[in-house]
Amino acid sequence: MLAYTLKRSFVAFLILIVVSGLTFSLSHLSADPALTIGGEQASDEDIEAIRILYGFDRPIYEQYFSWLGRALQGDFGESYHYKAPVVEMISGRIGTTMTLGVLAILFALIISIPLGTLAAMRPNSIIDRFALLIAVFGQALPTFWFALMMIIVFGVWWRWLPISGNTTWAHFVMPTIALGYYATPALMRLTRAGMIEVLGSDYIRTARAKGLSPTVVLFKHALRNAIIPVVALAAVWFGFMLGGSIVIETIFNLKGLGWLSYDALLRSDLPVVQAIVLIFASFYVVLTLLADLLNAWLDPRISVR
Amino acid sequence: MTDAALPLRGQQTAEEILEPSPFSKLRKRIFKNHSFLIGALVLIVIIAMALLAPVFEALGWIHDPYEQELSSRLMNPFWHEAKVSEEHLLGTDKVGRDYLSRLIYGAQISLLIGFSTMLISGFIGTVLGVTAGYFGGRVDMVVNFIINTRLAMPVFLVAMAAVVAFGASLLVVILVLGLFLWDRFAVVMRSITMQARDLDYVKAARAMGCSTPYIIVREIFPNVIGSLTVVATVEMANAILLEAALSFLGFGVQAPTPSWGLMLNEGREYMFFSPWMLALPGTCLFMLVLAINLFGDGLRDVTLERER
Repeated sequence: MLAYTLKRSFVAFLILIVVSGLTFSLSHLSADPALTIGGEQASDEDIEAIRILYGFDRPIYEQYFSWLGRALQGDFGESYHYKAPVVEMISGRIGTTMTLGVLAILFALIISIPLGTLAAMRPNSIIDRFALLIAVFGQALPTFWFALMMIIVFGVWWRWLPISGNTTWAHFVMPTIALGYYATPALMRLTRAGMIEVLGSDYIRTARAKGLSPTVVLFKHALRNAIIPVVALAAVWFGFMLGGSIVIETIFNLKGLGWLSYDALLRSDLPVVQAIVLIFASFYVVLTLLADLLNAWLDPRISVR
Repeated sequence: MTDAALPLRGQQTAEEILEPSPFSKLRKRIFKNHSFLIGALVLIVIIAMALLAPVFEALGWIHDPYEQELSSRLMNPFWHEAKVSEEHLLGTDKVGRDYLSRLIYGAQISLLIGFSTMLISGFIGTVLGVTAGYFGGRVDMVVNFIINTRLAMPVFLVAMAAVVAFGASLLVVILVLGLFLWDRFAVVMRSITMQARDLDYVKAARAMGCSTPYIIVREIFPNVIGSLTVVATVEMANAILLEAALSFLGFGVQAPTPSWGLMLNEGREYMFFSPWMLALPGTCLFMLVLAINLFGDGLRDVTLERER
């Protein structure tokens, strides 16, 4: 198990290095950042001075290693546009995105686990069909359009919820639903499949034969086992959701990391974009690693090659 | 098992992607065994509309999607009472372009992007997956690493960054999405090739001294083609949704192209007074993706059952 943990962690670290390298070269290959910083009025001499000041005249790999070295120490440089340290800009906004992400994944779990369980208990029942309908729609519904439609109905027509900003809890309701709904089909499918498998297993029959109440069998014996892979998958989905937060945060004007990356991209503010890509990728890699380790711990066969 | 040493995409394995879902049986019941037919029918109608759009225009049934008519700006669709025009059944946008025509031509853009992206990503993913599955060992480890790296990149953010870097155009969007959405192809192709590699007739071909390319193309490939088409439908739907989201944020197809995502972007400023401007393109998008999903799901049942 230790060897497996170390190996997986090393691979995860390598992945992050490659991702950072790709992002860095992508953003430096095309547009000349000196032109972005100088603005339209800058003369050729100004541009040249900026190039030397920021080190754009050095070979790209040198720039990358110095950026990576500083990034590992928590220094992501300075925003081209706001002239503020990127770390400060990010730390002020990461809380909003994390709140949204956690709420969204909780929303998805609160919908998908009960529905998936009920569907598994009574296959082909009305509830099962309802769960199916939600899944089919969830897969085809464009998240951003769903968000816009919610704004029109709940924000404009009925005026139940605020449509922009992040000052109160009410501001998070629609973004949470829009983002969380997206993860529901996958989680519900896994809950349903897992529950059907577990409910048909020998130890559940034994528990029933012992005369345990159906509630105890369901919650203490079945759900407990079926739910673990669902939680592991939810961790991975949390990583995906951070990426999805860009559209949702932009639509609802929730000023988190997603909104910040949109704003930074509009201004070609590369240091900010690079930092956010790296943060999102790190979250994904760490969460997948934890999910894998959780599974390996539950099923020791996995860690033995 | 190398699979276990480096699990892909958290838990999602090829079996899960291709599994004849527990839902599919139910889906059959709900749509009375016709989910495949319904999906295919809607899809055919949309494709026909997209292909025949120029014919409709020539016949005078619809307008030129680029034609601006400032005297009839912001007309309402036919179900409204005020400001409706018989000329423009589904109203007009802020510069007086016919909404129905733009919706029909928008199908062209969505289908074009979905299809081209699927071809590019399908090619990359199949090559990677089949190579990894057939050769195994170190090759497999390297491909696994590439897949995992790709999965760690936040697609939407990186796609936006790439569009900023290379300029927003239809071609850039297709290339960027094509270069990103190959992961599911690779995961599925790898796993199926692995199973096919050990089949008796593949072993026989190897023993007869057939070349590796011959074995891959003639013996392995016919085995994976069914799964390949299923994944292709999933990825096509995915690409269409991503393009719409990119265009909606202004990082995709650029004006005045009639893209549904872009129409949603342009309609946003009128969402309070003319919500239909958002409802219509979104519904089209939803219908198209739903149709592709139903079609793909039906295909899954048909092809995979035959393969087993």
